[in-house]
Amino acid sequence: MSLNLIRRKTVNVVMLGLTGLCTFLAAGTLVYILGYLFVHGARSLDWNFFTKLPTPVGETGGGMANAIVGSAKLLGIAMVVGIPIGFLGGVYLAEFSGSTFGFFVRYTTDLLNGVPSIVIGIFAYTLIVLPQKHFSTLAGGLALGVMMIPIAIRSSEEFLRAVPTNLREGSMALGASKAKSILTVVIPAAKHGILTGIMLNLARVAGETAPLLFTSFSNRFWSPGIEQPTAALPVMIFTYAIAPYDDWHQQAWSAGFILLTLVLAVNIVARLILSKRGPAPR
Amino acid sequence: MAASSTTVTSARPVGRAPSSWLRRLRSGDEIAYAITFCSAVSVLLITGLLVFELYTNSAIPRHKFGWSFLYTSVWDPVAGQFGAAPFIYGTVVTSALALIIGIPLGVGAAIFLAELAPPRISDALTFLIELLAAVPSVIFGLLGIFIMVPILSKIEPGLRAVLGWTPLFQGPFYGVSLLAAGVVLSVMIVPFIISISREVILAVPSDQREAALALGATRWESTWDAVVPYARKGIMGSIFLALARSLGETMAVTMVVGNEPKIHGSLFAPGYSIAAVIANEFTEATGDLYLGALIELGLVLFALTIVINGAARVLVLSTTQKGSG
Repeated sequence: MSLNLIRRKTVNVVMLGLTGLCTFLAAGTLVYILGYLFVHGARSLDWNFFTKLPTPVGETGGGMANAIVGSAKLLGIAMVVGIPIGFLGGVYLAEFSGSTFGFFVRYTTDLLNGVPSIVIGIFAYTLIVLPQKHFSTLAGGLALGVMMIPIAIRSSEEFLRAVPTNLREGSMALGASKAKSILTVVIPAAKHGILTGIMLNLARVAGETAPLLFTSFSNRFWSPGIEQPTAALPVMIFTYAIAPYDDWHQQAWSAGFILLTLVLAVNIVARLILSKRGPAPR
Repeated sequence: MAASSTTVTSARPVGRAPSSWLRRLRSGDEIAYAITFCSAVSVLLITGLLVFELYTNSAIPRHKFGWSFLYTSVWDPVAGQFGAAPFIYGTVVTSALALIIGIPLGVGAAIFLAELAPPRISDALTFLIELLAAVPSVIFGLLGIFIMVPILSKIEPGLRAVLGWTPLFQGPFYGVSLLAAGVVLSVMIVPFIISISREVILAVPSDQREAALALGATRWESTWDAVVPYARKGIMGSIFLALARSLGETMAVTMVVGNEPKIHGSLFAPGYSIAAVIANEFTEATGDLYLGALIELGLVLFALTIVINGAARVLVLSTTQKGSG
């Protein structure tokens, strides 16, 4: 073997090995994160966490019941804001839009999707908190809802487009109007995909912290209705993690454990469903 | 990536007589069109309103400071002096650091997953790595504070010994620093680079590989000289997307960057970023000028990410279309 060939073969092996190492590092990080969080988070988790209010520093036995309910309420508002607009917008893009206006809407949607979450928070702040002069669950839910819209549009559009044209043609050939065939044939056919898309979308905004900091703010107590500030799980993790108290750190780990478990469980289930049917989500 | 053409023609007039319009109205076509059209338009309205709100609410500091807001470095809310330079500097430095660490790692892993690993293993690993992209950023911040910072404190003497001669690795190290923020960001952006780059590399036609191999290239040479250049634009696009994400990333950076509004040359020193200062100071901003200055920072961040996302989209689109035909 010539020296050159030996050199080339060595480079080949070394570089291929390096790419393998990169993969190992990237995948290893996830395993490490999960492992660490599970060990630290599950350790201090007890029933109080789910049923009690936060206690002052130094008192043990507190929980984050209000933050769990707060997060659920925020997500509920977000769904009311984000899903109808997102879903119907997706139907428009998949079924009705011409090419020019459709492109314009798609482009704007992607633009909105790229806006940093903290800027969406400022948006909700100027819309609701500034005129009302107080933080509220509504403002936080609105911020999360706006974040849901672009993904809801694009995933609905994609799953509707994946429905074969034959189905539409068949339905219309039987005399159904376009609206009727969309409602009774196309949407049911894309139902699973669209629902899974919504689940993934919810899992994504459930972990958002930045837009909530100055919209739903925080609350050490229960927050009735939607007009008052509320605690939320991700915001609690943030406040507790940067505080200087050890027992708060433990609580942060527990909250992180719960949040991550929920988010990952939704993602795993959704991806398994999607890999069985329909195209991969974007 | 729904690039296929519109499958069903528009509901706009295809009929001939007004009676057909009435019939469609009765059958609900026009109503369905109107409702979905309004939803689509509302996306445009929301985006427009977002820009409008950011612009009008930052009017006071924009008039008071003009462009000097962007390059002066005094941030003193008490004296009413607001200069964004330390935050822009921190944002750019942490993102650049994230890219320096993240690009080789991400592209390397993408090459391995697309070109070398058997499909089964590749799919399983990609699944794992894409889950990493779903982890909320506040969790990365939590891990950053309690794992990354202690680890960095351990390897800091080594870094100093090897790279201490550069101004980047000098001065005292407190743990929370620009370096810690950059490292945490790199972990966050790697999944994005991997999953998009892998896809564009998979979209490269196999003729490209086979031709290189037939000419006697080694596996690596065919990958690096024939496949990667073909997918170059798409990989660049994935890097731009990652950059846009890291510029706007708030929680993880806020928790580990140190939050000090000064420009330090060393990566060991604490810094601040645009998103972090908004997160930390927004609720305590008193007075219209202070609040306006923070909103103007949001406007700057918005403009930055829009430009970079736009560039990323053009790049990714141009390759995947060429790649998949």
